[in-house]
Amino acid sequence: MTQQSDMRAAQKGGSEGRAVFKTSRAVRYALDRLFTGLVFVAAIIGLVVLTVLLVDIAWDGVPRLSWDFITNFSSASPARAGIYPALLGSLWLLLLTAIVSVPLAVGAAVYLEEYANDNWINRLIEVNISNLAGIPSIIYGLLGLGIFVNLLGSITGGRSIISGALTLSLLVLPVIIIATREALRAIPDSVREGGYALGATRWEMIRDHLLPMAVPGALTGTILALSRAIGETAPLIVVGAATFITFAPHSPFDEYSALPIQIFDFISRPQEAFQVNAAAGIVILMIVLLLTNSVAIWLRNKYQRRG
Amino acid sequence: MSDTAGENPSEERPETSELREAREATERAPALGMKTENLSAFYGSFKAVADVYMNIQANKVTALIGPSGCGKSTFLRCLNRMHEVIPSAYAKGCVKLGDQDIYTRETDPVQIRRRIGMVFQKPNPFSKSIYENVAWGARINGYKGDMNELVERSLRQAAIWEEVKDRLKMSGLGLSGGQQQRLCIARTLAVEPEVILMDEPASALDPVSTQKIEDTMHELKKRYTVVIVTHNMQQAARISDYTGFFYIENMGDPGRLWEFDETNKVFATPERKETEDYVTGRFG
Repeated sequence: MTQQSDMRAAQKGGSEGRAVFKTSRAVRYALDRLFTGLVFVAAIIGLVVLTVLLVDIAWDGVPRLSWDFITNFSSASPARAGIYPALLGSLWLLLLTAIVSVPLAVGAAVYLEEYANDNWINRLIEVNISNLAGIPSIIYGLLGLGIFVNLLGSITGGRSIISGALTLSLLVLPVIIIATREALRAIPDSVREGGYALGATRWEMIRDHLLPMAVPGALTGTILALSRAIGETAPLIVVGAATFITFAPHSPFDEYSALPIQIFDFISRPQEAFQVNAAAGIVILMIVLLLTNSVAIWLRNKYQRRG
Repeated sequence: MSDTAGENPSEERPETSELREAREATERAPALGMKTENLSAFYGSFKAVADVYMNIQANKVTALIGPSGCGKSTFLRCLNRMHEVIPSAYAKGCVKLGDQDIYTRETDPVQIRRRIGMVFQKPNPFSKSIYENVAWGARINGYKGDMNELVERSLRQAAIWEEVKDRLKMSGLGLSGGQQQRLCIARTLAVEPEVILMDEPASALDPVSTQKIEDTMHELKKRYTVVIVTHNMQQAARISDYTGFFYIENMGDPGRLWEFDETNKVFATPERKETEDYVTGRFG
């Protein structure tokens, strides 16, 4: 019925000079459904691959999990081998990297976004920060070796946790800077004007209004950054993280190992049982990652609700 | 003689807020007027406002009217040194708050912006609680008195206390547009300015909110000097004592103060043709 009334309207329209819309609704709706399906599949593929990987690892690794796996040191026998020093090392690295990189990155972002004039120097800095985010991590390892291990060795203790953490901080700094800058940029100027109009200095306005509003974005960047840091292996090897270590680190100036390195070590050994150990190590790594991210997400939600 | 002879009889009655307000009003120094001499404003190399001489009377409402883009808001922002916050924007000439030139090297713009408050066209409350919105400005400027009392007094003066007194801890962003604007007025009042600048404060609001804000302005001019930019000529005629008409002759020219006089003169018997054309609605 509607087809006929369309045609009648089309004929009428011709004589009155109105536009005529000829369409095949069936084809349009079919295409619509097709593309909906295609993008759904695209999303699902990523999810499915990830899930398969995780399930496979968990299947192999979870049975191996036990208290002494976490508290044992490495050993030639797979049954007695544990990840204790590596786990401690990774946790130390995570903490120190966060402590060093977050204040530095937020400070840099605030300077670049709120204080710097729009001249060529600052535009150059901006471009280079984006480039820094893409540099291969082993190059950061070499940089860390040269500066923190060798040049500043007397202060850092050479191949110590603090050298590793400083190297990782350099690595993740650009990510946090970019995320924080985006968060600051998203704040409309009306907020700044409102602050100034009440007789506030720039720092007071930034501290009390801009920073709290930028926390969710900055935390997102921090999550990304720390997730990357915890998985880095190559730069840590270069700055001297040990593969086989007999003691647990007590201070930032001690030698250390890290979970990814320990996992790599397990995988390199011939025995089948060590492969299982590696899977268990990966599970622990994922748990640490999940916990860190949950803390950051919880903090982010707290700040978003307050605003 | 009874043993209460020595007592001051007025101490027996507790001081109501109206009494206290009246007492404080007389204790405060009268608000200051402002004067501009040969004031020009620039955005980089573009001259937006040229050579304005204006005498803004204390405790009066001065309205600035004129067609869009003729520099009224730019001029207004020069009065409290907000214009220079925009990169590469600057002003030339003399602006006086009372007798004090506010553009000297020694003057602290941060201090000036506390003494000359500003309410913007689009309400911009902070994403904090209503209480914090009002208290923050006072706190960073070193207010040492009773903050609860200051917040209540400011919200009362902005005619919004009754609507928010039970939800001071809730976010300022949860209010309606008209309420948000009155909250912005309240936080401006909390830092005890001498002059209040308003840049089209009701243009984004509905008629009821606009009415409430206009009523507020009648009260405000008793204690402060008010300068308001408005596109609404009926509003200017209703609430202002003096009116300044800004105009641009040709495209690309800077805006100039074309006429300035008491409001009823500007609207009833304007001196210049362009003023008359504008107020009678022949262009706008």
